[in-house]
Amino acid sequence: MIKFEEVSRIYDGQTRAALANVSIEVDKGEFVFLVGGSGSGKSTLLKLILREFRPTTGRIYVAGKDVAALPERKIPALRREIGMVSQDFRLLPGKTVFENVAFALQVIGKPRSLIRKVVPDTLEMVGLGDKTDRRPDELSGGEQQRVAIARAFVNHPKILLADEPTGNLDPDTSVGIMKLLDRINRSETTVMMATHDWAMVDQMRKRVVELDGGHVVRDQARGIYGARV
Amino acid sequence: MRHALSETWSGLRRNLGITIAVVMTMWVSLSLFGAGLIAAQQVNLLKDEWYDKIEVSVYLCTSKLQGANCDPGQDATEEQKAQIRDAIEKNTAEVQQVFYESKAEAYAQFQDVFKDSPIKDSLTVDEMQDSYRVKLVDPQKYQNLEAQLATMPGVQKTVDLHEILDPVFKWLAALQWGTIGLSVVLLLAASLQIATTIRMATFTRGREIGIMRLVGASNFYIMGPFLLESLIAGLIGAVFASGTIVGAVYFIIMRNAQVSLEAFRWIGWPETIVSVISVFVVAILLSIVPTVISARRYLRV
Repeated sequence: MIKFEEVSRIYDGQTRAALANVSIEVDKGEFVFLVGGSGSGKSTLLKLILREFRPTTGRIYVAGKDVAALPERKIPALRREIGMVSQDFRLLPGKTVFENVAFALQVIGKPRSLIRKVVPDTLEMVGLGDKTDRRPDELSGGEQQRVAIARAFVNHPKILLADEPTGNLDPDTSVGIMKLLDRINRSETTVMMATHDWAMVDQMRKRVVELDGGHVVRDQARGIYGARV
Repeated sequence: MRHALSETWSGLRRNLGITIAVVMTMWVSLSLFGAGLIAAQQVNLLKDEWYDKIEVSVYLCTSKLQGANCDPGQDATEEQKAQIRDAIEKNTAEVQQVFYESKAEAYAQFQDVFKDSPIKDSLTVDEMQDSYRVKLVDPQKYQNLEAQLATMPGVQKTVDLHEILDPVFKWLAALQWGTIGLSVVLLLAASLQIATTIRMATFTRGREIGIMRLVGASNFYIMGPFLLESLIAGLIGAVFASGTIVGAVYFIIMRNAQVSLEAFRWIGWPETIVSVISVFVVAILLSIVPTVISARRYLRV
């Protein structure tokens, strides 16, 4: 589903590579934790999958597409296969919960009849079935993140990327978010989650890819946060 | 489509002040541009008409009016006149017709032209000149013949309308290019205004645009409302400018100039339509091009 072949990325005006010679492969339906300190290259890796920029060298395949070679006009089609959740939720403050989730479908031209059917189901799934008319500032952090997850998942993407989705949440709330992502993963969605939350990683016992200074220093099938092989 | 329209509407409302500024700049600049085109067409019309009527006049020496080729203090002799006439008539390729106008005829015409004016009595028959009036096959090709005749004995001077008209048309051309140049400056200002408006709009809607890009909205979907917004502002400006141009043509040319100066040919609706269409083409280009450039820069995927 996702394949990196000796990928490096050097940002403009910098000499050190943000990502150096990374090769990983993630199968369909897999769950992968991406761990490592700040500046280790986690976000760069996720952004490369979204084709926010091209790799400096190497090849990336996402959902069967050669991402580095993808022409600009085909980027929207790639992103419709990928859901993205970030640490800061990125909700639209003027819109209700329902409208925030519906927005993701509206802007890719889905018909209103479909939106009216799919959005409530998705909100039900993330546990916000009774809060569809609230605005983001009336919700707790955990609830806001659930809205963001609903928005990322409402189009049933093949891949869900999460960049520190629990970074702003307390441990109990984080567990709820983690369970939600696990559930989404079980519906055949490939999930890749960058995190600092070692307790969560240790508990879940999923595949762990660790980055350090742009290099992959560990890729372990049922890993924990800290241990290096 | 529904999204694009509602976004456009809210965008126009949000930026009402700047939209009005864009419309007004567009209005003034496009009006100037259209006026420049109208003037250019009018000048061409007059040029065609006047240059078509050009004849070369060959004035003969008199004892009072002397030139370099005259026998000092003498009228042109009959022999000289005959030679000049021969020279003109031999030139069948260029000459269509030649008239001889005697002093007496010239005086009669002078009296007729100024019959209600005190100037009428300012000249006597003897102060007039005999002349040949040459009508040309192609009025634009007068130089050869004129050069040839100007040096013949008995010719006091040769005159063609170019000497009089050329400076007039030069000034008219300067005026018309000045107008168009000024309009280009203003049009540039209008397109910069549009580019800045779009840039501001992409900042105020930054979060929304970010999400749209993230979930895979097409570029056209994201850019559509911005394009429509500037297109509408540009088109409103073009409509106002067209109204101004049509009004000016109707009231200034058709109702006034044409009535008081019937001798000239004046432009009519066909020329006005050409100018209005050009105004619309320019308005559409000037609203879309800066928007696309500005949006491509700030809506980078």
